Amino acid sequence: MVPKPETAHWIAAAVALFIGLLLLSEAIVGTDVFRRRAWRAYLFPAVVVASSVGLWIITILSTFSTMHLLAHALWAQAALLAGAVELAVVRGKLKSPAWSLVPGCALLISGLAFLVHEPNPWLYSRSAFLHHAIGWMLVAFALIPFAQALRPRQVVWRAGFALTFLLLAVLLFADRDAAPIFGRYGLGGGP
Amino acid sequence: MSSEYATSIPREEAQEPAARRSWRTLAIQLLGPLTIVGGVVWAVAQPYRIVLLDRAGQGIYDYLFQAPLLVVLVGLAFTFCIAPGLVDDLEAEELRGTEA
Repeated sequence: MVPKPETAHWIAAAVALFIGLLLLSEAIVGTDVFRRRAWRAYLFPAVVVASSVGLWIITILSTFSTMHLLAHALWAQAALLAGAVELAVVRGKLKSPAWSLVPGCALLISGLAFLVHEPNPWLYSRSAFLHHAIGWMLVAFALIPFAQALRPRQVVWRAGFALTFLLLAVLLFADRDAAPIFGRYGLGGGP
Repeated sequence: MSSEYATSIPREEAQEPAARRSWRTLAIQLLGPLTIVGGVVWAVAQPYRIVLLDRAGQGIYDYLFQAPLLVVLVGLAFTFCIAPGLVDDLEAEELRGTEA
């Protein structure tokens, strides 16, 4: 009853899409309006913490490869840490904008884990291509929370953080376990 | 001419400008429906992604988690659970800003 990797990736994509929409709506209306209702303020960190629990379950099921097991464990820890810090920020326990560095580090570590645990080159298959693309995208977009720590009031950084999750969702939704990179146009391995 | 019959031309009353929704409100209201449209377009473009239309060799997870339908589901969740309250709060905030 273990789901296929592509199914797990689509579920993760749906969560990333929801988080992306939440963050984008917060960037549009502003943090003050968004956090006017307590449940809405706690929604993003709660979803991140819940997704870390899901990642731990995937970690348990990833016994087929040590690298996959370590990578999923790393993502689960990074998500748990980022969610916990965001929870404390929303609660008012942590006030410094420098705490934005924690999600930045989580993105950076996640991106590196994507790159390290993919043994095949870019054009081997769609899955390999997407692992490389997601890895580099997360490494690059990890700079956004760092910029957010320096200039927390800039809307562009909040929108950029939301865009990170929307792009992640698109790439994860494109994942197939066995497929050439660009579907019927070929290129790359796969059946 | 008797003024009983020749009345003055009724002046067009200045109408209150229709309450215009701000671009922020519109953007929030569009996020969910655009996501739903994205999922539907994807399902039409790649119908083999919908297991109900292509049942051969599919398991329980394939029925539960179909990628285009997940996109539609997320769009519906945002449209009905997040957007309405957010729009209410945003309009209240804008009204407060206008009155101040």
